[in-house]
Amino acid sequence: MTATDTVRPLTAAELAAVRADFPLLGRTVRGGRPLVYLDSAATSQKPNVVLEAEVDFYEQRNAAVHRGAHQVAEEATAAFEDARSAVASFVGAADDEIVWTPGATAAINLVAYALGNATAGRGGADAERFRLAPGDEIVVTEAEHHANLVPWQELCARTGAVLRWFGVDDDGRLDLSDVGSVITERTRVVAFGHVSNVTGAVAPVETLVAAAREVGAYTVLDACQSVPHLPVDLHALGVDFAAFSAHKMLGPTGVGALYGRRELLEALPPVTTGGSMVEVVTMTETTYMPPPQRFEAGTQMVAQAVGMGVAAQWLDELGMGRVAAHEREIAAELLKITEIPGIRVIGPSDDRDRIGVVSFVVDGVHAHDVSQVLDDRGIAVRVGHHCAQPLHRRFGVAATARASASVYTGVEDVVAFREALAGVRAFFGAE
Amino acid sequence: MSSLEQMYQQVILDHAKHPHGRGLVDPVVGHLAAESHQVNPTCGDEVTLRVDVDADGTVETVSWEGQGCSISQASTSVMTELVTGRPLAEVADLDAAFHALMASRGKGLDDDAALDALGDAEAFTGVSQYPARIKCALLGWAALKDSLARSGALADRPGGSDD
Repeated sequence: MTATDTVRPLTAAELAAVRADFPLLGRTVRGGRPLVYLDSAATSQKPNVVLEAEVDFYEQRNAAVHRGAHQVAEEATAAFEDARSAVASFVGAADDEIVWTPGATAAINLVAYALGNATAGRGGADAERFRLAPGDEIVVTEAEHHANLVPWQELCARTGAVLRWFGVDDDGRLDLSDVGSVITERTRVVAFGHVSNVTGAVAPVETLVAAAREVGAYTVLDACQSVPHLPVDLHALGVDFAAFSAHKMLGPTGVGALYGRRELLEALPPVTTGGSMVEVVTMTETTYMPPPQRFEAGTQMVAQAVGMGVAAQWLDELGMGRVAAHEREIAAELLKITEIPGIRVIGPSDDRDRIGVVSFVVDGVHAHDVSQVLDDRGIAVRVGHHCAQPLHRRFGVAATARASASVYTGVEDVVAFREALAGVRAFFGAE
Repeated sequence: MSSLEQMYQQVILDHAKHPHGRGLVDPVVGHLAAESHQVNPTCGDEVTLRVDVDADGTVETVSWEGQGCSISQASTSVMTELVTGRPLAEVADLDAAFHALMASRGKGLDDDAALDALGDAEAFTGVSQYPARIKCALLGWAALKDSLARSGALADRPGGSDD
């Protein structure tokens, strides 16, 4: 994160201006307490410009996109495609390398099902490169969110491919000591999270991409927790596919994006078929449009896509380097919970290559009960396995509590959180 | 009393710390017995509960293993005390009363007889104000209902239907 080392974080005045832009942060909870929102890794709050963009679209530009020759349809199409450009440039991709999806889960499933379709012979000669055979291997990690694990289990079950994975060390970082024995000539796909939604650790993308390239395997990056918090340039990272959702990056729910390198998307067979993605349809066969439209069957979530584009622009204007620098300060504040007796952090306890996502257990108090006491003080954290059961099993716990930051999180939020957390064990008589 | 204190009443904290019925017990030979494993998929809490019903249709023992939050542990403990030694028809009534209590959004029950029957379980009224925690309180009850159904003890007894 060299870039973030040299970039200055937000000033107090800038942070106040940012926070004022998020209406929900102004509300109170549980009998008038100010809300301390530390659950941004689950979903982020939305700035006014995103909310207004959706309203404006419905009030002024709502029409079917990519069809109809009337003026409103033209404007709707322009808004939809401008949003695609904004999202593409935000992550260092070309416009036609961004496919709208209902979210990151759908984006990863799209890749997995497209590979399955190629294996079934769909997509013709172009798609032969994607075919999987029994004994081929798909590599994931023990740290994955279920959304980047279960689709690969299913693809293995359908094709006879074998799932392998990298483990996690005691500090919550990927154990890549045996890269060459996990990623081998049999590996066809390497799917991994850029940043863990549990530990906050940033994966060594370069190492994994280099190893995958050496054996001709495709890389699939779950970028849900990196794109909202770090500068991300997908071309520079060199991954083949990437998935991320709008709702974690200050955008609306119901929309996300799949990035695919152009030549790969061009060769990939479609998954969901129907209207809007076809060229010529007869009663017996159909030809498909080029990407990204080939992967966007049916009416799209246009207003939400427009909102996602505005969210990307909002973050771009602030500068992701500065966002990362700010959140780095917040992460350091969050990590101070290790000074409270009886608190154990699941994940790196240092702030190197990690973001402001901190999962923890409290000695003698179940995570549910921890979050209930915090909630009583107006502090919102996530509790449970965070859709990462294998990772929790690795650490011998069924559930953790997780505090996570975003660009609008302030040091005061973390101070309130730490104060409330310090009283939890006494409340349950666990001291 | 704050909402939080209403939720974590002393009786609940005590049961969570010293739960009743923990540790699976072998069933008596000749009794109807069965086991049920229930999980709360949102948090990974789980309970494995075994029930043993004697020839007269009385719950002889309830025993269980599990891990989870204080609400799920305490609720399973209170339930164990409540239903042990009771005829199946009464167990069904208690189950219905506790479900009604959990659906009361913190208001409790008007039915004094039902409240009396619930005993310590009335302490969970505060939990019913928190939709995310109601499932925790019902985890053990779900395991009881399922294990009774599996045991075959409900098959031909009046008042012992599934609901």
